[in-house]
Formats: sequence, structure tokens, C-alpha cells
Amino acid sequence: MDPRRAPRTVIDPKVRQVGFFAPPGRSHSAPPEIVSSSSSSSPPVSDLSPSGNSLSPVMIPPPRHSSDNRPVPLPPVPASPLRRDSIVSGSYNPSDFFTATSPTASSYVSRMVAVGEGEVSDDVAAVLSPGRGLARGSLVKAFAAPAVTGASSLPSGGFDLTAVKASSVPLSGLTTVSVVNLPPGIAEKTGGGSVEVQNDIPASSKPQKEKSTKAERRALQEAQRAAKAAAKAEGSKGPGAASASVTQAKPAKSAKAPSQKNENASVVGSEKKGGDRAQEKDRKKDVPHPRMQYDDKSRVEKAKRRAVVKQTEARNRVELFRHLPQYEHGTQLPDLQSKFFQLDPMHPNVYKVGLQYLSGDISGGNARCVAMLQAFREAITDYSTPPEKTLSRDLTAKISSYVSFINECRPLSISMGNAIRFLKSRIAKLPLSLSESEAKASLQSDIDRFISEKIILADKVIVKHAVTKIRDGDVLLTYGSPSAVEMMLLHAHELGKQFRVIVVDSRPKLEGQLLLRRLVGKGLNCTYTHINAVSYIMHEVTRVFLGASSILSNGTVYSRVGTACVAMVAHAFRVPVLVCCEAYKFHERVQLDSICSNELGDPEAIAKFPGREENKDLNEWTNSENLQLLNLSYDATPSDYVSMIITDYGMVPPTSVPVIVREYRREHFWI
Amino acid sequence: MPDVQALVNEFLIKLKKRKIEGSQATARQTAELLRSLISQQRVPYTNQAGALIDAVKAVGEQLIAANPVELAVGNIVRRVLHIIREEDLSLTTAAMAGLNLSAVSDDEDDADHDDHPVLSAAAVAAAARSTLRAPSLQTLLEDVTDAAAVPHPSSSGGDSEGKSKSADKSSRSRKLKHDVIEAVNELIEDICTCHEQIAEQAVEHIHQNEVILTLGSSRTVLEFLCAAKEKKRSFRVFVAEGAPRYQGHLLAKELVARGLQTTLITDSAVFAMISRVNMVIVGAHAVMANGGVVAPVGLNMVALAAQRHAVPFVVLAGSHKLCPLYPHNPEVLLNELRSPSELLDFGEFSDCMDFGNGTGSPLLHVVNPTFDYVPPKLVNLFITDTGGHNPSYMYRLIADYYSADDLVVQRRPATGS
Repeated sequence: MDPRRAPRTVIDPKVRQVGFFAPPGRSHSAPPEIVSSSSSSSPPVSDLSPSGNSLSPVMIPPPRHSSDNRPVPLPPVPASPLRRDSIVSGSYNPSDFFTATSPTASSYVSRMVAVGEGEVSDDVAAVLSPGRGLARGSLVKAFAAPAVTGASSLPSGGFDLTAVKASSVPLSGLTTVSVVNLPPGIAEKTGGGSVEVQNDIPASSKPQKEKSTKAERRALQEAQRAAKAAAKAEGSKGPGAASASVTQAKPAKSAKAPSQKNENASVVGSEKKGGDRAQEKDRKKDVPHPRMQYDDKSRVEKAKRRAVVKQTEARNRVELFRHLPQYEHGTQLPDLQSKFFQLDPMHPNVYKVGLQYLSGDISGGNARCVAMLQAFREAITDYSTPPEKTLSRDLTAKISSYVSFINECRPLSISMGNAIRFLKSRIAKLPLSLSESEAKASLQSDIDRFISEKIILADKVIVKHAVTKIRDGDVLLTYGSPSAVEMMLLHAHELGKQFRVIVVDSRPKLEGQLLLRRLVGKGLNCTYTHINAVSYIMHEVTRVFLGASSILSNGTVYSRVGTACVAMVAHAFRVPVLVCCEAYKFHERVQLDSICSNELGDPEAIAKFPGREENKDLNEWTNSENLQLLNLSYDATPSDYVSMIITDYGMVPPTSVPVIVREYRREHFWI
Repeated sequence: MPDVQALVNEFLIKLKKRKIEGSQATARQTAELLRSLISQQRVPYTNQAGALIDAVKAVGEQLIAANPVELAVGNIVRRVLHIIREEDLSLTTAAMAGLNLSAVSDDEDDADHDDHPVLSAAAVAAAARSTLRAPSLQTLLEDVTDAAAVPHPSSSGGDSEGKSKSADKSSRSRKLKHDVIEAVNELIEDICTCHEQIAEQAVEHIHQNEVILTLGSSRTVLEFLCAAKEKKRSFRVFVAEGAPRYQGHLLAKELVARGLQTTLITDSAVFAMISRVNMVIVGAHAVMANGGVVAPVGLNMVALAAQRHAVPFVVLAGSHKLCPLYPHNPEVLLNELRSPSELLDFGEFSDCMDFGNGTGSPLLHVVNPTFDYVPPKLVNLFITDTGGHNPSYMYRLIADYYSADDLVVQRRPATGS
């Protein structure tokens, strides 16, 4: 268990203990008014608050949001009801994410069905199976209908509960009943080692049963934690973070059971990313792998043989972008759909997410990342280690195959790459002593924590920071449909600030129209225009707020294509450009132009004109080899156009990006 | 006369309704209208040029007011005025030359010709020079005297001829009109052939394997690129589609039809692609006297991107697009906003546009400007039908086409009488 803990946790073992329960505990405790019906919810709450107050003694103290880089649960966020409201009202709705994450409990149910099918009587399974179906359904519609997910989400869905969900709590009691039956089965199976599993199971549903075992386990864990904390205290004084983690691992071993010792060794051995042996080695590994170059024929051939998705090469490839995959769009979807039941290696959820990427149903950095993590979470739920194999290796391979499938559907975004790295490092760091169910539970809680801390909470903090930059009478310009900016605008509107929003849009996606509709629906004063008019409209603008797909370590903002144009014009008109981006999207890669690495969208989308007759006949030319249609997805904004980057660690200039990447990178993996 | 008035009214309505697309068509039609106006204008014996100028100015004023943003109208009106003045001047100088030749023989007959016959030749020559030269500071300062000096020889000549009743005087008046119409015909010819003349220079600017970016659609650009293609240059063209009208699609289609390697990109990808582009070639709506360009919307963005990457930004403009005015706040004053329906489909946001926020103003505004202003510092080169020029040279080029008196096409009460 130890290596999974971040090196810099809070000293107080009791607090750290709580930290261990963090994700489920937080999700319960956050809206106390909702969970208060159950008696057991109070202990996590009381445990939480000290942890929230204690400060981590290490590293750069982030300005306001000190809690984020700590693995312990965050201070109960909904302290200010105002903020919570605002975020609920956002249309990239964190509550959606939460409903997406909230199947926690129900997914456990389904997992338990998988685990305990033999032991539990058939009728219990029968009772459960509808619940399972529901959980699946909720994942399918995680982004569509909060009501549906709300129904299937167990009490764990707290935190940002909307009214709908609050009402769903009693509803979910239905499933909870069946859950109550299960944990004994699990306890038998895992031999009482699954602290987190039981904690993940809605504590509210069964408080007394666990009390005794919990206390024992706590004692045990506290001992381990204390040892580790001491180790960490030493480690933090060490030369670098890497060596810190090394030193941290060693003394911790002494306190551990021998089984954990060799497991630790094997972890180090099997690790791909986090080999902590030598610093140089470590540094070398920090350099990101070169990406696949699609003009390398032999490698493309190899990749094709493995590929699940049969891609046909685009007819008229743009010469300049030969190094990027250029495939026909729209042809794979029916093919893949027909294969749905044949693809046994692929988990259905992963498959579904892949299809959603392919069809464009899910877009936007955060949404894609969360959907992928949810799918992986489900896949882990249903995963069972084949005989003769170890979980960490086999699961890593499995995840890799999922990733390559998703990558075939649509090239991974950098944020997704970071999330995958996180997940893989967590898998690699799993102690061997953990039973399978424990390991899976811990991975799932890791995923939940990543989603809630790195994405949802990060967005809240960004909103909090960015809102301070809006004054009355401002004219704000935004481009496309950045989720963080949208939340910020809505929040500022709720605070009663008087400002005007200019939404700039561009073909072919016209995402700005969606944003416009949501903003106008909330009563914001909006102006809509297209990207060519940006230098006309820029005269009246006082601030430009942009989103980002990723921020590279040379300060380059890698974002929706057109962002660079807007930033450039703003720069020319001396208007400050503020980029809102969660820190998990930062990447240590560097990039100077938008050519070397990019994503090519569907070229047909450019030729197509919905509702415009006179341009229809461009299609007849798409067969001509002289005409190429180029639909770039991203571009790179030079850092000198960016005045400020608003991230969950505060507001920094673009020159500070490498610092954040360097200093906070490790936390992401060592949470 | 009435049918000219009908023509004028028809043209006015077309201008007001923005029925005429493109500055070239506008320029040609304006010139044709003025030609018919001139040909139908009854010329008095006295002060023919003045009468023509007044007539043209009267119509020109209406035309300019009908669509103040379409600068080509004003340009052509000024060009025609300039032509009248020049033709009149050349006639006068010719007459003067003949006069000087014959002065020895029959001095008495023509003694009435001028109050100051000795001065006249020199004065006319000076006036001729002054009209051909740029409006120097001196001439600008001496505007009144100069303006008087140019028409005066003619008017005085007309006066003199009015007094005498010889036959060659009517022929001379007819000659003035004839010459003016000839010159206007030449102007129309110029407008129609400016594409070819600009395109002829293409090979001098486009080399092998060049990568060229353009935005929207411009006939001049199309001809320019095709001319280079015909000269066996092989190069590739990036066409940005040019929101909100997406005429880049049409241009791309034309280019492909003529066998050019064409890549169609979105406007938003301009910054991404500009680093791989060797040259930006665009058309213009109008070129101002300071070298600034009123261009289709989006070009300011392209010009900024080109400047950032040190890519030459070349503007193609026929001489009818050269406007002798200096812009003031051109982004707003030389612009017009088009229908929101080009951006949002009708009815799509009708629910949002209806209700107000209490003050009665709608929550949603849609801004759809037509033009962009590209300041001269962002332009590297103008290619006109007379060759390539720096932005800083435009004022001088413009002085060749316009006389300083016509910069304000409004009849002064004094000249109106």
C-alpha cells in the first residue's frame, strides 16, 4: 500500500488514515446536509476536517489552493454554498462528472456480483443484476441525463448533488439493500484485508458491522503510515523529489511485513515509468517518447496489423502532414459497430467510449479524459487476473491495448496521455501483497480521485482565481467552447458582475454556438461573431479568456485551432490574454509550430455546408487529386501572446510552466 | 437627359441595395454611367469643362452617398473629373500652341483670347505640370488660386470663343466631349483589363515550389495565380475559406479546375499554416492613400500572422481601387455589417434574441462585418496594373490618377453657380 501513497502526506497518521479513505469519504461527506440522515457519515466528516487544515510541509506552497497537491482529502469544499451552486449550474457540469463517478457504488455492486457469484446465493445475484444493468446504463448516459445517472447512483453521489440527485438518494436505497448483503462475502474472500473496499461501499448503509474490523485495520495502517511519514520527512530533505521517493521507500520497508518487502522490490523491477534507482535514469525517462510518425512505413505496417479499427487512408493526403494519421472518416463506425460482439479482448465500456470518440459525441479535453477514465474504471471492475499472471503486468498490458484502441478511434489528447500515465504508474506501484479485489478497489479509488481532484476541483479553483480578474464593465472574449471559461463566466454572472461576453466561433465545429446558447440561456449579455471578425471586435474587448488542450513546457499553449489567431490579434491590440487550464494537462514536451504534432479532423467536414446550396458542388472536386482539404484540430499559441495562465496552482506567467511541470508532475503520479 | 436620370436612379438603387458585387463591377458600371451622362450632357458654349465637371459632380455626389463604403464609386467619379480637367487642359495647350504659332500672323483676331496673352502659355504649362504632379504642399496651400488657374484658361478660352462665333469653336466643344468620352472609354478598358495587366507580373513574383496562402475569393488573385501556372511554374496554394461567405470554396474550385495544387483550410488554421507559407497574396477592396488596405474581413488576422512569421504580404489591386482619401478609423467608418443570418441560421436563436434583460435591448448580438483594415506597416508590396509599389509610395501613385481639387466631391456653392 505504501508506494501508492504520495511521499508528502500529512504527518499525523490519523489524518493520513483518513486520507486513505479520501475519495469515497469525501464524496459522502461533502454535502453533509444530504448524507446527514445516516449516522455513520459523521465520522468521516470529523476526520476530514483536521486533514483539511493541516498543511503539507513540502515544496512550493501553492498560493491559495494548498490542498490540491496533497493526497489527503480536500477540505470540505462546499463550505461556500455560492460556489457549489455556480458549479452545479455550469453546463460542462461537474455534477455530470460526479454522476459519472457516482456509479462507484453501483459498480462495486456489479463487481461484487462478479466476485461473489459463486458464494452469494442466486437470488441475491438476481437482485443485483438489475442494479448492474443500471450501472452500465448510467455510464452510457453519464453525460447525457443526470436524472438517469442520479437514479442509479448510490448515496456516494454526494458532493455536488443537484436537487434531482438529492431526491435520488432514497431511490438508491433500493440497491443499497443488496449491497448490505455483500460485504461479508467480500470480507470472506479477501480475508479482511480490504479496508478501502468496505469504505468505498457507502458507509452510510452499514455502519456498525464494520466498526470493529475497521479499528483493527486502522491500527495496522497507522503504524505503517507513521513509519512512512518519518521516511518522508527524511526524504523531503533529500536532494530531489526522485531521491526522496527512493529514500521514502526504503525505511518504509522495515516497518512492513516481509511480504510487502519483496512486493516493493518487484514493483521497482516491473515499473516502466517510475524507476527510482538512479536520478539520471529517471531524468532520461522524463523525456517523452517520440510519437508515432506515420510516414515511417514499417512502423505503420506494424501498427496496422495490430489495429482493431480498419482505417482506410484518405484519398488526398496533405503532403505536409504525412507524419500524422490521415484516414477516411465515417467508414469505420459501421464496421466497428458490427464487430461489437466479436471483440472479446475489448471491454464493452472501453469500446463504447471509443465509438463515442469516433463519432464525435464526446469532445473537449476534460470530457474525453473523464469518459476514458470511467471506462477504464469499469474495465478494472470487470477485470480478473488470468491464472499464471500477475495483476500489475497483465492489467498494464490490458490497459495498453485499450489505449491503443482508443488511439485508433481518435488520437489521444495530451491530457488523456497524462491520465493514462497516471493510471499505469498506479498499477505498476500496486503492492503484490494486495489481493486482487483490493488492488482493483484501490485503482478505482485512484481513478475517482484523479477525476475529482485533478479535473473537477481543479476547475473550481481555476474559476475562483479567474473570477477575480473580471471587473464590472469588462468585455470578455472567448473562443470556441472552453469548459473552464464557461464555468467562470457563469460564476461571475452569479456573483452579479456586470460584463459582456463575446463568443468567437469558427467552422467546421461551431462549438461557440453551443456555448452561446448556454450563456444566453443563463441571461448573460453575449455577442457572437466569427473568427475573421476578431480584429474588428477586438477594439472593444478588455480581456480574452481562452481554454487549452494542453500547455507545453516551453509555454506554448496547445489548443483548439484558431486560439492562436485570437491570441495574436489580442496581443496586437494590447488586450491581455488569460488561458485557463488544469494542471493535469501540462506536459513536458515542447513544440514550436502546429505542424509537427497535430490532429487531423475529418476533411469532409470542411467541404460540407449544411444548408448552403451554392457550395455543395465542392464535393465533386474532392476526388480531384489537386484538391486537398485540411481540417486541423489544434494549433500552438506562442507563449509571448499569453499574458497569464490560470491553473489550479494559481495564476502564473507562461514562463513558469516548466516549473509547474517539474515540481508538480510527480505529485500526479505519487498521489 | 431624362433617360440618364433614370439610369442614374437605377444605379443608385442598385448601390443602395448592395446589388453590385465587387469593386471591379462597381467601377466599370460607374464609369459607363458617367460616360453616358457626359455624352448626353448638353454643353454650353461657355465653360464647357466646368459644366461637365458640375454635372459629373452632381451625379457623383449622389452615387457616393448611395454607398459610401464602396470606395470604387468615388474613385471613378474622381477619375472622370480628372479626365475632364486633363482633356480640357490638353485642348487648351494645343490651342495655345496653335495660337502661338499663328500669333505672329494674325495677332489681332485672337488678341481677345486672353487678358494676358504673354503669360498664358507659361501659365498653362505650369498648370499642366501642376495637375500632373502630386498635390505638393505649395499647390495645396495655394489651393484657391490653383483651382482657379486650371479651369480658368478654358473658361476664359470659352469666353473668348463665345464672343467669336467661328465654326471651329463648336467643333472644339464637341472635341472636348469627344476626347473625354474617349478617355473614359480607355478607363473602362483599363478597369476591364487590369486583371491581365496584374497577372502579367505573376512570374516575377512566384517561383518554383512556392507555397502561397490566400483568403476568400478574388478574381485578381485567381488570374494572378493562373498566369503563373500557365508559365509552367508549379506551386501550391493554401486557400482559407473566408468566413462568413466562404468564397474560398469557390476560389479553390476554380484553382483546382485549372490544375493548381490547392489545399483548402479553415480560417482558424491560418496561424498554424502560415509558418509553412512563402507568400501571402490577397485581393483588396480598396487601397487608401496612406497605403492601408480595406480588405475582406479576416485579412488583418492573416497580415498579423504573416508579419509574425516574416512572410511577405502582397496585395493585388487594380488602379480603380486606389482611393485618394486618407482613412480615419477605417475599421468602423469604412465598414458595414451584414446580416446575422450568415452566421446563425434564421430562427436558430430567435428565442434568445427576443427577450431582453429588462432594458429592452436583446441579450444576443451578432456582429458580421464585411471589411477589415490592414494598416500599411503590415503590407509588404502592392501589385497594381502599373507594377509593384511600396505602401509608402501609394500616395504618389494616386496623385497620378486624381487631381487634388476633386478629393472632396461636393459641389461648393461657389462652383455650383
